[in-house]
This record gives sequence, structure tokens and C-alpha cells, in this order.
Amino acid sequence: MTKPNGYHRPIDFKHGQVDMTHGSGGRAMAQLIEDLFVASFDNEFLREQNDGASFAVPPGGHMVMATDSHVVSPLFFPGGDIGCLSVHGTVNDVAMAGGRPLYLAASFILEEGFPLADLKRIVESMAQAAKEAGVLIVTGDTKVVERGKGDGVFITTTGVGVRPPGVNVSGGNVQPGDKILVSGMLGDHGVAIMSLRENLSFDTTIESDTAALNGLTAAMLEAVPGIHALRDPTRGGLAAVMNEFARQSGVGIVLQEDALPVRPQVEAACELLGLDPLYVANEGKLVAVCAATDAERLLGVMRAHPLGRDAAIIGEAITDPHCFVQMETSFGGRRMVDWLTGEQLPRIC
Amino acid sequence: MKYIDEFRDGKLARALARTIVREVQPDKSYRLMEFCGGHTHAISRYGLEDLLPKQVRMIHGPGCPVCVLPTGRTDSAIELALRPGVTLCTYADTLRVPASDNLSLFKAKAQGADVRMVYSCSDALRIAQDEPEREVVFFAIGFETTTPPTAVVIKQAAALGLKNFSVFCNHVLTPAAMVHLMELSAAGGADSVRIDGFVGPSHVSTIIGSSPYEGFAARYRKPVVIAGFEPLDVMQSILMLVRQINDGRAEVENQFIRAVTREGNQKAQRLMGEVFEMREAFDWRGLGEVPSSALKIREDFAAFDAERRFAIPYRQVPDPKACECAAILRGQKHPSDCKVFGNACTPDRPIGACMVSSEGACAAFFTYGRFRSTTRT
Amino acid sequence: MCLAIPARVVEVSGVDQARIDIVGVQKEISTALLDNVAVGDYLIVHVGHAIGRIDPDEAEKTLAYLAEMSDEDARALAAASM
Repeated sequence: MTKPNGYHRPIDFKHGQVDMTHGSGGRAMAQLIEDLFVASFDNEFLREQNDGASFAVPPGGHMVMATDSHVVSPLFFPGGDIGCLSVHGTVNDVAMAGGRPLYLAASFILEEGFPLADLKRIVESMAQAAKEAGVLIVTGDTKVVERGKGDGVFITTTGVGVRPPGVNVSGGNVQPGDKILVSGMLGDHGVAIMSLRENLSFDTTIESDTAALNGLTAAMLEAVPGIHALRDPTRGGLAAVMNEFARQSGVGIVLQEDALPVRPQVEAACELLGLDPLYVANEGKLVAVCAATDAERLLGVMRAHPLGRDAAIIGEAITDPHCFVQMETSFGGRRMVDWLTGEQLPRIC
Repeated sequence: MKYIDEFRDGKLARALARTIVREVQPDKSYRLMEFCGGHTHAISRYGLEDLLPKQVRMIHGPGCPVCVLPTGRTDSAIELALRPGVTLCTYADTLRVPASDNLSLFKAKAQGADVRMVYSCSDALRIAQDEPEREVVFFAIGFETTTPPTAVVIKQAAALGLKNFSVFCNHVLTPAAMVHLMELSAAGGADSVRIDGFVGPSHVSTIIGSSPYEGFAARYRKPVVIAGFEPLDVMQSILMLVRQINDGRAEVENQFIRAVTREGNQKAQRLMGEVFEMREAFDWRGLGEVPSSALKIREDFAAFDAERRFAIPYRQVPDPKACECAAILRGQKHPSDCKVFGNACTPDRPIGACMVSSEGACAAFFTYGRFRSTTRT
Repeated sequence: MCLAIPARVVEVSGVDQARIDIVGVQKEISTALLDNVAVGDYLIVHVGHAIGRIDPDEAEKTLAYLAEMSDEDARALAAASM
């Protein structure tokens, strides 16, 4: 594209704010897109400056598509921000379907008055996250809403990828006798976010574990193409995924409390607030289910990967017409791990 | 975690369980009530009932301040929260409690009420200081553990001369409730339940000490063992109760010696006495009216009493007919005995008190234990 | 009722205020309900207030009792299997 004639004032990323013109389709919006989004995400698709991106689908295989909206508050937290979170979230959704993520679309709803410095920080974080994950952000959209009608910024990302032939992962594939594995420490993200919440604040060095897991899933599927199910335990925690799998597959699940990897600080924070780590969100972990004969090998592959160093076998699926998720406590007694009623809240009792 | 992990040792738990099995007399039954909701929670969450011999049956008591809060009081809190200019601060436990007209504090928030979850009553005080244009009301619930912190912030509010802070006081008392339970039980008839011993509350006793239970044990001839909060504490206490019952003793024993003394925390007791005084009677959900069982704010601190400040009317709201909470809270029935348990009444859509809070007998059983088949003797 | 947790005092941070630590998680709490709080004390924390103290000697006694009970149990198991 040829640059417009004459001088146009560069965007003031230090002190400027989002205003309604940035969403109105005119020159201001074009400038924001070019100077911020295109400049940061920088790839051949965006440089074409069309409304959509077109690309060839690799032959064979199966396309996978996933989408996620991100409304996290606060926008910046230890270990990450809404930007990298939005990239990781959708990359992970594609990866959990057994797909290799390729392209992302990113839509922004910006609140009038939102500092451009923060927007730049978020966008650059997205660019970095995309680069590390090996995906391109190829198209997107920007809208601006009036002050008070948004929470700073909402981001929706949609991803497409390709699933190689022979891979068939689904929450409905779990068989009795299958082993259940988790890729690492549970509860980091939720505790990191909660520590910043007003009226709950406590000091901790816990950081969000937000990460792109497609490298890990690729290694896992290469070693064990017959993995039955994959899912990342985000909202609702491990407990939500276990109950989803149990219900989808019509099986029961028994977890071993002693095998669950949880950082001592996360445990302590949960004790303080009366929370159960099983229900706390994770953004850089996955749960895998495979045949018992594959479990040790899969565990080895996970532990060899930087994002799976603390991986563990945590339980197994059983025959159970009620589809209960149970846990053997460290005492040898049993308890249920039930579906949560809404968001888990701290308690005083 | 020091003073926590050591009391969660699985190996020691199994040794305690075997000891209990060896010491129960095979033909005797030991019906033990754990009064405190925190103990109900620990028993369910660690699956302790799986480790106990069948002669020992744990009966879940009414020590859950959210569960026993009458619907009418929650209605008042919701009404307050919906008033313009009012900021209602509350512990998270009350947010989802269903009240009249299908409302809850959570739903009131969705309707525009300024309801804010706090971890501590001190947070409510801070909000009042930070937002002088708001009328900040703190929804105070809880037994004697939670009451002294409320006393502290009321005194701090007085010292600061705050004009926009008040407390809606629903604090209740443990020994009075235990006495009422025994009176209901002693009244006899088909309705009465036999309780052979009590596992006494941990942190309530840190405040009030072990002495308040002495009169109770002597009068009703039932052993009381004050138990620590961790599962090993609960199990050791059960062993101590089994031994007392075998010996025919009815004493107050303190298992939680690391945190409970005979006199308790006298500074906290003094502060409570300065700020609060006894109500003649108070409605308890499931137990009916219990005399001398609850506190109100003294005249000296009237400016911080939301009931005086806002002229809150109180309506007694009966529990739905199908609800068996009254019998369950008294230990007469088990959650699985209730017709609506698990179908119309679940933690998602709780009908009665016992399902409302995660440590209510029904919620604990539903969430942690409903996979067990329940043939109760 | 009454979820409370033992936590170590790392700093007496003001009048009736202390900073407590549990395995690296730290919080400022009120100590208005106790006297003579010192660094190193283990306090029982409930809703942001210290309601009592852990007595280390009594804690040791309880743990010693549990250990003894465990030994007796081991002996009983051994006897039963003979």
C-alpha cells in the first residue's frame, strides 16, 4: 500500500487513550490498525490489508477450529496478561482437539478512555505469545464502546489448525481402565489472579502458569497417537474436566489425592481462603487420558518437555453407571469430586 | 504447612482408625454429634466415615451459621442491599443462600444492589472509610469465633467517628444451641434422637474456653471432647469419646490442647461483652426459637447497629413443607431420608438450610458422599 | 464453622497489626484480640483476625501421643498376625 500523502501525527502510545474514532472505520482506526496491530503481529497476511485472510488447507487431515473470549480482570497479573492469555487459550483449545494450531483471528472491544500504553503492551504480549507458539495472527477486528460499557478491553480469539490423520481425541473416548495424567502443578493461575482481587489480597510469589501447550501435545501425540482424550482444566479446574469426561464417556473416575501435584504455596493460599485446588483455574496445564499400557511412556514424554516436568499419573477411569468422580483421600477414605455450583468462592465456615 | 500437615498424616489416621475399631464394644452403638460445620466438612472431605467401625455413627449438628440463619434475616439483608446508597458487605458464604421471592444476595447484585464480598469485617470498615458517600452495612454472621472480630471493627468505627458504617448483627451462641438440642432430645417421644457424645467445636472453644461445656456435660450426662480442626484431631476425639462412653464417664475433655484452654481468650470475651449483649430469643432455622442464643449490639454502640439505623422489619418465614432440615439439624434424620434430597433440593437449587452451605449436612453429603449406599440404622 | 488456619508471625507491622506467613503466602492481619504478639508466634487466623495462639509445647504433646498410639497399634497388628 502506498502511504497517505502529507504528515500524519504518530499515535501517542505513551499518553494517548482510545477514543470513539478508533472504532469508527475512518483514518484513526486505519492508523491504529497499521501502527499497532499490523506492526506488532507482522505477517504476510496482515500486510495485504484485506478484511479476511485466505490460506491453503494442508492436504489430508482434518481442520480444527476453536474460539475463546477473554474478560479477565485485572488485565495484567504476575506471569501474564489478557493478551498472551487470549493467544494461549485458543492455541490450547485447538491443541486439545489434537490439532496443530496455525492461524488466529483476534477481535478487540476497547473501552473509550483505555490507555494506549496498556493496549500496546497487550498487543506486544500477544505478538510474543503467537511467535513462541508458532502461530500467526492473520485477521481481526476492532470496536470501541463508550466509557463505562466495557472493562478496559475484551479480546476474542478464534483459531484454526489441522489434525493429523489417525488422531482421535475426544472427551467421549474414555474407557474403564484408562489412566489419567496431568501435566504439572494445579491451581497456579487461579491463585495468582485471586491474590490481586480487592478485599482478598494476599502476597504470594505464585504466578499464572499461562502457556501455549501445542508443543507439548504434539510431542505427546507423536509418541502415543492413540491418546483418548485431552483437555485443559481452565475455569472450574481439574474437577470440571473430570466430570465432563465422566459424563461424556459414561464412565466413573477415581483420583488419588496423594498423586495430585500442587505447589505448597497454592495449597497454603487455598487453606487461607477455604478453597479446594481441584476447582481452581489453570491456564498452562493439560489433562490426558490414555490406555493403561501407554501411561508410563506418555508420562515419560511429558516429563521430558519443559511444560510437563511435574507431570503425574493421578487416577483412572472405572465402570460406573452413575458417572461419579471420586477421590481416594490421603487417609484411604473416599470422597466425591462433584460438579461445582457456580464459581468457587472463599468461605469463613 | 506447620501445625496443619502433621495433623493430616494418613498413616496415623489409619492407626487411629484401627485403635477405634479395637476399642468399640461390638454390641454397643456410639452416636456422636459433631456440632461444628467445619468438622462436618472435614469428615466428609477426608472420607473419615469410611475408616470408622459401623458401631460409630456421626450425626451432623447445626453448627453452621449460614445454615441456621433464618430466611427472614436473609430477606432483611437483601432488602437493605437493594436500598439506593447502601453498600452491603458480606462473607462469601451468604451470597447464594436462597431467600424469599426466589432472591439471594447474588441475585440482588444482578438487580443492581451494591453487594460486596469481603474476606474480613475489617475490609468492610475500610470500604466505609474509602467511600464516605456510601452507607456501608456489614452482614455479620457466625458463632463465637467470628463475633470478636466484629466487636473489634465496631469499636474501631466508634474510635474513628465513622458516620456511614453499621453492622447487621446475626451472631449466635454455641452452648445455648447445644442445650436446646438436648432439651429437644430429652422431650422424648418418637421425635427424639439419642446423642451419646459431642465432638466440640475447635475455634469457638479457642474463644470461649472449655469451661462453658462443663455444666452442659454434667446436666445432660453426655461426654464432650473439644476437637482440633484437622482430621487427626477429629479422629483422636472420637477415640476419646468412645473411651468415655465405654467407661460410663460424662466429662469435658480437651483434645485441642494446642489452642484451647479452660478460660479461653479472655481479651476476646471482654471485647464481645463490651459491644454485644444477649437477645432474649432468636429464631434458628430448623431449631425454632432458642432462648438466650444470640447477640445484639449494645446501646453504647447504637450508631453502628443497622437494625436501629434502618428500622429493619423481621418476618418469620417458615421452611418449605417438604424440607426435612429441622430433623436433620437435630440429628434425627439423615440427608438421604429426605424426599427432596438430591432431586428438587441440590446445592445448585437448595431448598433448605442444610443444603445451602458446603458444610451443611446435606450439602456435605451430596458433594462428598452421595456415592455411598446409605442404609442407616 | 470457623475456618481458621495457623500462621507464623513474620513482622509486627503496627498497633494491633501483624504480617503472617504460611509457606510463603503472606497477609496483614489484625491482632487486636491478642496481647504481646511476637515474631515467630504461630497465630490462629480467622477472617483476617488472630483469635488465638498455638502453644508449641501442647502441640508436641499431642503429636507425641499420636506417635505413641501409632506404636501401640503397630504392636497390636504384629500380635494379631502371629
